[in-house]
Amino acid sequence: MNMQNCRKVYGQTLVELGRENERIVVLDADLSKSTMTCLFERQFPERFFEMGIAEQNMVSTAVGLALSGKIAFVNSFAVFAAGRPYDQIRVSVCIGRVNVKITGSSCGISDFGDGATHQGVEDIAIMRAIPNMTILCPVDGIETRKVVRASVEHEGPVYIRINRNEVPDVSDESQEFKIGKPSVIRGGTDVTVFAHGYMVYKSLEAAEALQKQGVSLRVVNVSTLKPIDEEAVKELASGVKGIVTAEEHSIIGGLASAIAFIMRGKAIPMEAVAIKDCFGQSALSYEQLLEHYCLTKTAIIKAVRRILE
Amino acid sequence: MSISAEKTAELEKVARKLRYDIVVMIGAGKPGHLGGSCSIADIVAVLYFHKMRHDPNNAKWPDRDRLLLSKGHAALTQYAALAECGYFPKKELGTLKELGSILQGHPEMLRVPGIEANTGSLGQGLSVACGMALAGKLDKKDYKVYCIVGDGEIAEGQIWEASMTAAYYKLDNLVTILDKNGVQATGPIVERYDTNPHAEKWKAFGWQVIEIDGHSIRQIADALDKADKVKGQPVMIIANTVKGKGVPFAEGKADFHHGIMTERQYETARQLFEN
Repeated sequence: MNMQNCRKVYGQTLVELGRENERIVVLDADLSKSTMTCLFERQFPERFFEMGIAEQNMVSTAVGLALSGKIAFVNSFAVFAAGRPYDQIRVSVCIGRVNVKITGSSCGISDFGDGATHQGVEDIAIMRAIPNMTILCPVDGIETRKVVRASVEHEGPVYIRINRNEVPDVSDESQEFKIGKPSVIRGGTDVTVFAHGYMVYKSLEAAEALQKQGVSLRVVNVSTLKPIDEEAVKELASGVKGIVTAEEHSIIGGLASAIAFIMRGKAIPMEAVAIKDCFGQSALSYEQLLEHYCLTKTAIIKAVRRILE
Repeated sequence: MSISAEKTAELEKVARKLRYDIVVMIGAGKPGHLGGSCSIADIVAVLYFHKMRHDPNNAKWPDRDRLLLSKGHAALTQYAALAECGYFPKKELGTLKELGSILQGHPEMLRVPGIEANTGSLGQGLSVACGMALAGKLDKKDYKVYCIVGDGEIAEGQIWEASMTAAYYKLDNLVTILDKNGVQATGPIVERYDTNPHAEKWKAFGWQVIEIDGHSIRQIADALDKADKVKGQPVMIIANTVKGKGVPFAEGKADFHHGIMTERQYETARQLFEN
């Protein structure tokens, strides 16, 4: 299976876009070597702005650039990009639907070593609550490229969530990415799993294992967390015995909340695999941490079993 | 060269008109940001009616000078000035804060032609101004970005983040005016949360500082001209002002930061600025 590092793809895509479109500008808060905006800086130093370790000012400055015709990407770790400048995103960016793209890198617990301070497990909840915000979480390197491009096509605020580590390619290169549209990664008939980010891969692993036991999983990649195509979700949740959500995010305010709200009033069993309303912590590897918070193939299989039993 | 006596008199008249509109917009028996709006009336008059290059018929003209009201609660002054310039019909002033009005309690860019950004959550406007100034540099345009901040507002940490950005990127196309009216919502700055000393702070942060009487049309105009000549660093004009300037019962009073005029006070103020 081909592995790609999403943040590297992100940085490369910014360079491609920078070449095609003079309006693209990039701001970073002293994390460009991690967010990989350093690739853009190298190519287009005049359109890259080092903003120092000051995320609030970075976001509002990006607003000024955007209101002067630029397409401004602001970058930091997800926990800082969505957390520290919450009010700036709300007031400066979103009330006026300003064309600013906020990239939350090292999302979820993917920055396994740095501990709770650096692990953004509630960023989607915060961003979902703000009107006019679009939230994208690419599943792999292939989709990262498409997501970043789509964010430029979309006029208005976008929050993009990027994993820190190498993840396997699971999406189809030839499939068109459309904001709002969930995509079926694997067809199935017994239970539908809605997932985003790396948890889509974990869901595929679960589907593989369950197939050997005669259970068929439908795995859906919900890479747009907002707006979600409600009709598409209902359609993908129909004809099965239950649904499972799987995400590297708090159980509060993320995909589980969104899907549960869409499915309200429907008599369908639902289970959620997510971080159970707690902060992260340091670990020596990403997989070890995912294991600790039960974000695994096994957790998804258990959730499916609970539905079927 | 200083502005002429005629121009000075004309701008004084404009400032009086702005104050009249502020008072009428607020009306009697309802709260409104009278104090902080009146303290910037002379500055706003000079900017829109003398200094700034702008076109009311083309609010988004890319080469326009921009005014960001970082202290967004003083929007009444900007609303009055924009209406007077012809950005929108003057009758809209009568709809202030009504449901569905273009004139919200704090300025919204998507509703009002001529409002450059959403401000009012304090401390953000100066950063937005920095972004516009950076874009101006990038696009090799010669427009100026003006930003008005309050002496209470500058307690916000983001102001100092922005001040570092402006100095680091040598934004000599950015001119900030500190409305030093000395009074925050809950009392005099020196008694509540003293943000002084001002000139020393901004100088230390790499700004060229000019201090003026913020109610002298001539001094305001001169300072803005002087700012044009500064190269390689941003300019801070510290404008010493009086909160509620021109309205005797409101001058220097924290109660009129967001106060309510009685029927009698309203009539007094209205008649004061009527002509």
